Amino acid sequence: MSETPLIDARGLVKRFGDFTAVDHLDVQVQPGEAFGFLGPNGAGKTSTMRMIACVSQRDGGALSVLGMDPATEGSAIRARLGVVPQDDTLDLELTVRDNVLIYGRYFGLSRAETRRRADELLEFVQLTDRRDDRVDALSGGMRRRLTIARSLVNQPELVLLDEPTTGLDPQARHLVWERLYRLKRSGATLVLTTHYMDEAEQLCDRLVIMDGGRIVAEGSPRALIDRHSTRDVVELRFADEHAQHAALARLEQVGERREVLPDRVLVYTADGDADVERLTSDGPHPESLLVRRSTLEDVFLTLTGRSLEE
Amino acid sequence: MSALFLHVVERDFLAYKRMWLVFLSGFAEPVFFLLSIGVGVGELVGDVHVGGETVSYQAFVAPALLAVSAMNGAVFDTTFNFFFKYKYSKSFDAMLATPLGPTDVAMGELTWALLRGTIYSTAFFALLLAFGLVASPWAVLAVPVAMLIGFAFAGAGMAATTWMRSFVDFDYVGIVLIPLFLFSATFFPISEYPTGLQIVVRCTPLYQGVALERSLILGDVSWALLGHACYLAVMGVVGLWVAGRRLGRLLQP
Repeated sequence: MSETPLIDARGLVKRFGDFTAVDHLDVQVQPGEAFGFLGPNGAGKTSTMRMIACVSQRDGGALSVLGMDPATEGSAIRARLGVVPQDDTLDLELTVRDNVLIYGRYFGLSRAETRRRADELLEFVQLTDRRDDRVDALSGGMRRRLTIARSLVNQPELVLLDEPTTGLDPQARHLVWERLYRLKRSGATLVLTTHYMDEAEQLCDRLVIMDGGRIVAEGSPRALIDRHSTRDVVELRFADEHAQHAALARLEQVGERREVLPDRVLVYTADGDADVERLTSDGPHPESLLVRRSTLEDVFLTLTGRSLEE
Repeated sequence: MSALFLHVVERDFLAYKRMWLVFLSGFAEPVFFLLSIGVGVGELVGDVHVGGETVSYQAFVAPALLAVSAMNGAVFDTTFNFFFKYKYSKSFDAMLATPLGPTDVAMGELTWALLRGTIYSTAFFALLLAFGLVASPWAVLAVPVAMLIGFAFAGAGMAATTWMRSFVDFDYVGIVLIPLFLFSATFFPISEYPTGLQIVVRCTPLYQGVALERSLILGDVSWALLGHACYLAVMGVVGLWVAGRRLGRLLQP
C-alpha cells in the first residue's frame, strides 16, 4: 500500500479507571475505503471512534488521523471530519434547517455557502418538506438522516458513523444505506461501527471484528466468511430435545463442524445441499431444515461467542 | 483562540428568535423590585445619607438593583441554561465534533449571557433616567460596569455548574445568591453593619458591583472603584478558565 492511511492507529489504548475499553488496537484505513468496526456492546467500538473523532484523549499508543495527531491538532482534524455519533446530538431548540445551518457555521463556512449546502443536503436525505419543523417532531429515522445531512455540511474527507441505523425500521435503514452507498461512490472514506451483520456486508469493503477491546479478526466480509466459517450452513430443528439428541450421532458424520443450540443444530459444511441429500435419505427427521449461505453473523458469533455481553 | 466562538453566540441567537417571550421576561424582574422596594418601601424609609450627601431611598436602591439584575441574569444563564445544554440537550457534544473546542463553547455561552444581560441593563438604566434617579455624568459607565458584573458572575456560575450533578444541586445557587442579594449593602448602607461584618461584606463579589454602580450613578467617584473593578475582572477570567478546562474533561472523557 503506497498511499498514506487516513487513519493509522498503533497500539491504541483507552482506559476508564481500571477498565480497559480499547486494548492495544492496530488499525489502518486507506482513502476511499468503507471500513467497519464490528463487535458486541462493550467491545470498544465507540471508544475507538471517539478517539478518531478527536473528542476523547487516548491513554496509550500512537494515532494519526488525516496525517495529524488528535492530541495536538484536534481542531484541524475535526474541520475535515463528518461525525454521526451514536446518539443524535441534534439541537432540540432549533428547526431542521437551522440545525444544518448552524452546524455549517461552526465550521466557519459563510452564511450563503451554508444555506446552499443545507438545502442541498436536506434534499439528499429527503427532509426538504420538514425543513421548518422542530427536531422533536421528527421520527427516529428522520433524525438519523438529519444527523447524517448535518455531518456532511463541511464536505468531509472522512465520515465516521457510530451505529448509523440502530433503532431504525427496515424502510429507514434501507434509505440510510442507500445514501451512504452513494456517499461512498462519490469518493468519501467511510468508517462505521455496527452490530448488524447485514449492514457490514452491504457497506464495508473491509472490517475488523472487535471483542473485549481487541481485534479478533480482520478482512473483507467475504474473506472473513471463508476463513472463519464454511460456505454453507444447514439449520435443523427437531420436535423436542429427545429427537435432537438422537439425531446428533448421525449428524456427526456430515459437514465440517456442528454447533448444538437449545432449539436447533447448525451444521457448517462446504456443500449444504449434498449433505442434506445424504441426511434425508437415511437419517433423522428434523421438523424443519434450512440450507443457507454462511453470513458474517456466523463468523461474528463463532468469534465472539453466543453469550450475552453487557 | 479564534473567532469561532462567535458561532456559539449565533446559535443562541437563532434559538431565542423562537423564544422571544422568555427573552422579554428578563426585563421584568428589576422593574418589579424598583417599584415595590424602591418606591413602596422608600415611602416609609425616607432619605438616606451616603458619601456626605442625602439622597432619596429610591435613588439609593436603584443602582444596587442594576447590579443585582446583572448578577442574576448572568448566573441564571450560566447555571440553569448552561447545565441543561451540556447535560440534556447535547448541543455542546455537537459543537465539540466540529473545530470548536471546550473553551470556544464556554466563551460563546459567556458572551451570549453578557449580550443578553447588556440589553436588560440598558433598558433598566433607561428607566432610571426616566424616573430621574441618575445624578451624575459618571453614570455613562453604569451599563459597561453592569457588563463587568455580568462577566464576573457568568464566569463563576459556569465554573460552578461544571461541578453540578443534577438539578437538585441548584439549590446551592439560591443559598449563595440570596444572602448576596440581601446583604451586599443593597438595601441599606454598609455603615449600618457591625464592623466585623462590614469586612466580610467588603470581600463578597456583589458588594463590588453595588459599590461601583452606586458611586457612578450618584457621582461619588474615587480611585477605590478601580479596586472593585479589578476584583470583578479577575473573578470572571478565573471562572472562564476553570470552566473551559473542566468542560474539556467532562465532555471529552
